[in-house]
Amino acid sequence: MKVTLWGTRGSLASPGPETARYGGNTSCVEVRGDDGTLLVLDAGTGIRRLGLSLPRSLLRVNILLTHLHMDHIQGLGFFGALRNPQAEVHIWGPASTTLNLRSRLTRYLSPPLFPVHLRDLPSALFFHEVPRGEFDIGEFHITTALVCHPDPTVGYRIEAPDATLTYLPDHEPALGAQKFPLSPDWTSGYKLAAGSDLLIHDAQFTDDEYVTRVGWGHSSLAHAFEFAALAGVKSFVPFHHDPSHTDDVLDTLFNNSIDLAQPRFAVTPGMEGATFEPG
Amino acid sequence: MSSQKEIEMILARQLASYLAMPIFIVDPQGNLIYYNEPAEGVLGRRFEETGEMPVEEWSTLFQPTDETGKPLAPESLPLVVALTQHSPAHRDMWIQGLDGVRRLIEVTAFPINGQAERYLGALAIFWEVKA
Repeated sequence: MKVTLWGTRGSLASPGPETARYGGNTSCVEVRGDDGTLLVLDAGTGIRRLGLSLPRSLLRVNILLTHLHMDHIQGLGFFGALRNPQAEVHIWGPASTTLNLRSRLTRYLSPPLFPVHLRDLPSALFFHEVPRGEFDIGEFHITTALVCHPDPTVGYRIEAPDATLTYLPDHEPALGAQKFPLSPDWTSGYKLAAGSDLLIHDAQFTDDEYVTRVGWGHSSLAHAFEFAALAGVKSFVPFHHDPSHTDDVLDTLFNNSIDLAQPRFAVTPGMEGATFEPG
Repeated sequence: MSSQKEIEMILARQLASYLAMPIFIVDPQGNLIYYNEPAEGVLGRRFEETGEMPVEEWSTLFQPTDETGKPLAPESLPLVVALTQHSPAHRDMWIQGLDGVRRLIEVTAFPINGQAERYLGALAIFWEVKA
């Protein structure tokens, strides 16, 4: 499997010279299988450039949404495959207790928030609600589960013949824990992440910021490192950077966190354009 | 992969750990998977000492009886009603804590149903009735 980061920012797209290295686009990750299967993890603003990189001959795209907060779906209407009448676009994502996935997405992809109705997009659209346990897409075996984040939110564990990737871009496993980490069976997201070759995980806040943002659904750097250690991953990509954190600030935060945690796993802070071949 | 509790149960435990009311949480099979510190005071034993307990054990361990001292059948306990009938239930009863002290308590239990028709367990709030 080959993994490419097209958007690494959390909450709000934050372009500008001060964020050029880590990137200003919101969450979007491309996962390619050896058999050509394409998974797109989240549809933040990064999905626009991903779409431009795809050949028009590609006839099936699978978009796996973790949740429907704006920073994870804002790019959807600008994804080229949705305008290709030859293409099948399969969208996985969580329903709510009262609305199915299609209805929830229509709230954004319709006027006045967006000029085009979802039903008017020319590609063939298919909706699949998660969590639905385990399922297969091409060579990938995928496990989904609800995780700790406001509003229905899932994480994805993606297993290929040669590697396992876990994607938890918005995740607050320390919420309410009087001592973190707890045991694995009481830790949100543990089962998805256990033993993964590559973990892409929320690391939005500094430890000081987290104190005043408990319950916002995101992890501090320290909690993210502790979660990765608990899960026994081989490599860790801190992700979903706060819009207020410039490149220089992020350099300092990650260097300090690595010095403090002394992790036994590889750490590669998420930068737009970075590629990984886990396993 | 190790087993992991569903997110709703993790959040229920985290909420319970902050509340001043005694709370019991059981899984769909009735296994007692958590009780909080206020519950420890009523039950007379810390959760870290007892750990998780199967329904056959915890439903008789505290020797629940009615006001006449007649033992209560497990199926009449509110938590067991919530588990088996998937409906809320309430009653008072006498229990003998693991510290040997008999106490009159009231119990309210309700099932925990997740999205997509997932039945996750039940939760009971109970409190000691002071004479």
